[in-house]
Amino acid sequence: MNQPFHTSRLDRALNTIGAWVLGVLWFLPLIYAVWAAFHPQEYSARFVLLAPLTLENFAEAWAQAPFARYFLNTFLLVTLILAVQLLLCTLAAYSFARFAFRGRNLMFMLVLMQMLVMPDILIVENYRTILFLGLLDTIPAIGLPYMASGFAIFLLRQSFKTIPKELDEAARIEGANILQILWKVYVPLTKPVYVAFGLVSVSFHWNNFLWPLIVTQSVETRPLTVGLSIFFQIESPADWSLTTAASLITSAPLLIAFLIFQRQFVQSFMRAGIK
Amino acid sequence: MNEFKRVFGAAAIAALAVMGGAKGAWAQAEVEIQFYFPVAVGGKAAESLGGLVAEYAAQRPGVKVDAVYAGSYVDAMVKAITASRGGNAPQLAVLGAVNLFMLLEEDLIMPIDDLITSDAEREWLDGFYPAFMANSQAGGKTYGIPFQRSTLVMFWNKEAFKEAGLDPDRPPTTLAELVEFGKKLTKRDAAGKVTQWGMRIPSSGYQYWELQWLIGGKLPLNNADGNKTNFDDPRVIEALQYWLDLSQKHEVMASGLLDWGATPKAFFEGESAIIFTSTGNLTNVRDNAPFDFGVGFMPGVKDLGVSTGGANFYIFKGSTDEQNAAALDFVKWVSAPEQAATWTLATGYVAPRPDAWETPTLKAYAADFPPAGVSRDQLEFAVGEFMVYEQYTVQSFIDDNIEAALTGQKTPEEAMQDAQRKADRLLKKYR
Amino acid sequence: MPANRGYDDVGRSELTDTPRNPFASSKARFPGLSRFRPRREAVYGWLLLLPALVLLFAFTHYPGLITIWRSFFSTARGARPSKFIGLDNYVTLLEDDIFWQVLWNNFFYALGTIPTSIALAIVMALWVNRKLAGRGFLRLFYFAPTMLPLVAVANIWMFFYTPSFGFFDQLLGIFGLSGPNWLGDPDTALLSVIIVAIWKEAGFFMIFYLAALQAISPQLEEAAMLEGASRWYFFRRITFPLLMPTTLFVLVNAVINSFRLVDHIIVMTGGGPNNASALLLFYIFENAFRFWDTAYGATLTVVLLLLMALFGIGQFLLLDRKVHYQ
Repeated sequence: MNQPFHTSRLDRALNTIGAWVLGVLWFLPLIYAVWAAFHPQEYSARFVLLAPLTLENFAEAWAQAPFARYFLNTFLLVTLILAVQLLLCTLAAYSFARFAFRGRNLMFMLVLMQMLVMPDILIVENYRTILFLGLLDTIPAIGLPYMASGFAIFLLRQSFKTIPKELDEAARIEGANILQILWKVYVPLTKPVYVAFGLVSVSFHWNNFLWPLIVTQSVETRPLTVGLSIFFQIESPADWSLTTAASLITSAPLLIAFLIFQRQFVQSFMRAGIK
Repeated sequence: MNEFKRVFGAAAIAALAVMGGAKGAWAQAEVEIQFYFPVAVGGKAAESLGGLVAEYAAQRPGVKVDAVYAGSYVDAMVKAITASRGGNAPQLAVLGAVNLFMLLEEDLIMPIDDLITSDAEREWLDGFYPAFMANSQAGGKTYGIPFQRSTLVMFWNKEAFKEAGLDPDRPPTTLAELVEFGKKLTKRDAAGKVTQWGMRIPSSGYQYWELQWLIGGKLPLNNADGNKTNFDDPRVIEALQYWLDLSQKHEVMASGLLDWGATPKAFFEGESAIIFTSTGNLTNVRDNAPFDFGVGFMPGVKDLGVSTGGANFYIFKGSTDEQNAAALDFVKWVSAPEQAATWTLATGYVAPRPDAWETPTLKAYAADFPPAGVSRDQLEFAVGEFMVYEQYTVQSFIDDNIEAALTGQKTPEEAMQDAQRKADRLLKKYR
Repeated sequence: MPANRGYDDVGRSELTDTPRNPFASSKARFPGLSRFRPRREAVYGWLLLLPALVLLFAFTHYPGLITIWRSFFSTARGARPSKFIGLDNYVTLLEDDIFWQVLWNNFFYALGTIPTSIALAIVMALWVNRKLAGRGFLRLFYFAPTMLPLVAVANIWMFFYTPSFGFFDQLLGIFGLSGPNWLGDPDTALLSVIIVAIWKEAGFFMIFYLAALQAISPQLEEAAMLEGASRWYFFRRITFPLLMPTTLFVLVNAVINSFRLVDHIIVMTGGGPNNASALLLFYIFENAFRFWDTAYGATLTVVLLLLMALFGIGQFLLLDRKVHYQ
């Protein structure tokens, strides 16, 4: 194996081919989804090159279920969660990074525990709590267990700690109070972390299913994923032309966003030190 | 029809009052009822129900029906229980017919008998097919009003029959004949690979329902009190053995589990020449089968019987008398011949009363599309669906074990004994 | 995201990959408050922490603890109220053959998904980090599964797995073969859901590796090339160790996901055939929200919590050290 690498043409070709084979393999379910969604029902399991194209499936899927409402619900949900997460976790991370108090290490341990014991695991008891709070079948109920994110607190704390304290001092001399310092010094310097965490949070909650399935019961609160699973039940799950059309409808925004922001996405991960 | 007149009359007066500008009085007269409904099989059921509710609203301005689509049968049940525990019960819900004992145990529903005030209403209540009422009654009282009811029926591909040299208009009528036909219908290519299976009995989803047909109606899987099962009866084991033999011995059906949801699709694709699925799929098959097909009785049904399925209306406790009256009124309206006919036409569910089949709508439908009447005619041989306390848990015992037997993990005997043992352990406390 | 590290005051976490902060010391105080007594600072610290802590306790610590308590009670059903039954639920658990099967399933599921998806993620990241033709598309292809709701793709995968007219069988049919009844056979059902999980996760992990690879200086590779090192040698001795913190992070994520993600099980198999593809969380979901046996659901949750605790401790004892000294 003692050959220099990245040099031979053959090597390059082989790698390109390998990467593409895997890529196509990975993309296959999506290719199929596009096939089934854009062709009439009878072609959903028949791959005839000249099969007629149609947009009928999208129109029908859109008409069969209140996807517009589901979109709105999901949008409200991810926005609400992200906004509260950023606020609460920024404050908590700031506290952990720059304030000394008795019990801080213990508290931080407890925060970190949440990264291991995710709310998804505690569905039985959290359901009871939501019921007790009278919040069943509301959008905040879907978000509440995730709002204090251990992961966000951890990430932000690590970044805050790298910010030189001289900057604090300078701001203080200018008369800023602690919240102003947080807002004017810490937050701007941690932007990549916010972006990276924001992306993770949005895609996580856009796709989250089990907990929303349990706590929502009506069209007014169901996010896309739950709406989709119900759509599968109404339209017998094997009607793939309709179900794939619905699947594409629900996934399009994230896919397009990734296509556009791909570079920034990777870079923000890099700069955020999530790696 | 006293109730009808009373409510209608009140509504008319109320409507006049509104026109007269007495808005305050009107607002007080309005009754609001919340109504949960599930849709378990394909088709445009939800849409059609929405249409019915809108029509009702137009006819009864004094009653506001808030129809809430609650997902699958299981989802709807979960939602109804949760809402009730939270003091927020709906007035009315369409829930699985087999959930009766669960609903009774949770003390959520009220006997329809308590709401009935006149002989006309009593007559209405007695006007449903007895096979459907089998899942409606417990302890001498009636709780469920049949609504989206179904039975299993046989769909067969007439073109495949012709190719196999069978008479396309004469389906198998006994279980022995089913095997015979299946052998002729199973096609293999030169390499011995099967290109068309003789039949498909779905085995993931509603397994116990299919098994009940093979066992026959003379032996219900549960007792009348819903606290004992007969899973280890020799006839049950024998039926399961027959099911297993179809794939293992006779090789006329694919082995392993066959997905319930993909069954109509398998039929359309020519993968299976005969399928056994809910009559609720009728509209779906009619719209999508690319070949001529027949719909018939389940083979052997005259000796065996077949299980009914589907969902009933239940009226929940904890509402005002006005709400209860409105709920009953809505149920009566929806089950009236014209509405029942509309519903049947849209979904393929069996109109639950003989009088609905006398309407011009359904008469024309049945004349134009004879398969529509198959499930109804089959009702003569139908029995109630398997129903016990802690239904879903017990159902999981038998379903899991049917799966275990069909996939060769256990013998039918071992499987059914295991199911019985587990059911006994759980149901002991209800005896 | 190691649960056990980084809580000391010195910024020694290698996850951030930043130099030690020369201004930080273990006795650091908020500079703006240095003229106040420490008590004042503590008050601010707690106040800032409070909102997050309240939610954290309400939805993680409280439910975690109360679950244990509830596992000693029976489920209330209708007229029968919940009552203390000691260890009865645990006896049921030990005698429950489905529980043991589900536990084993979860073990094999973790074993099947974690190493494969991590290995694939590294390969993917190495590829899309190079200047291959169509790199942007490849990144999209690899990453797309992560962006798609698992519920949606599970339905598409069902078509792939459907016998005879499904995608795989049609593909095999070209060669005159026929595949197994993927989801309908207990021997292949778990494997089938494992494949979906790998497909879903590899691209997600790739992003982390990609970010890490881009932080590795290209000069290292040039130097190694000059020295005549083989690619495998370079990867084994340089790249892989440098990726170690990422691997740890990804590993923790992968383990958690193998216990946390059951969306595809719900859609594709419902745990069947005969529980062959049921995972622990699915079984909890089924018991608590389908069978309404919340007490048993709580008992099963205790097992899951226990597994997570064991994993946390194991990670502390083993992996942490390894990452440190390499």
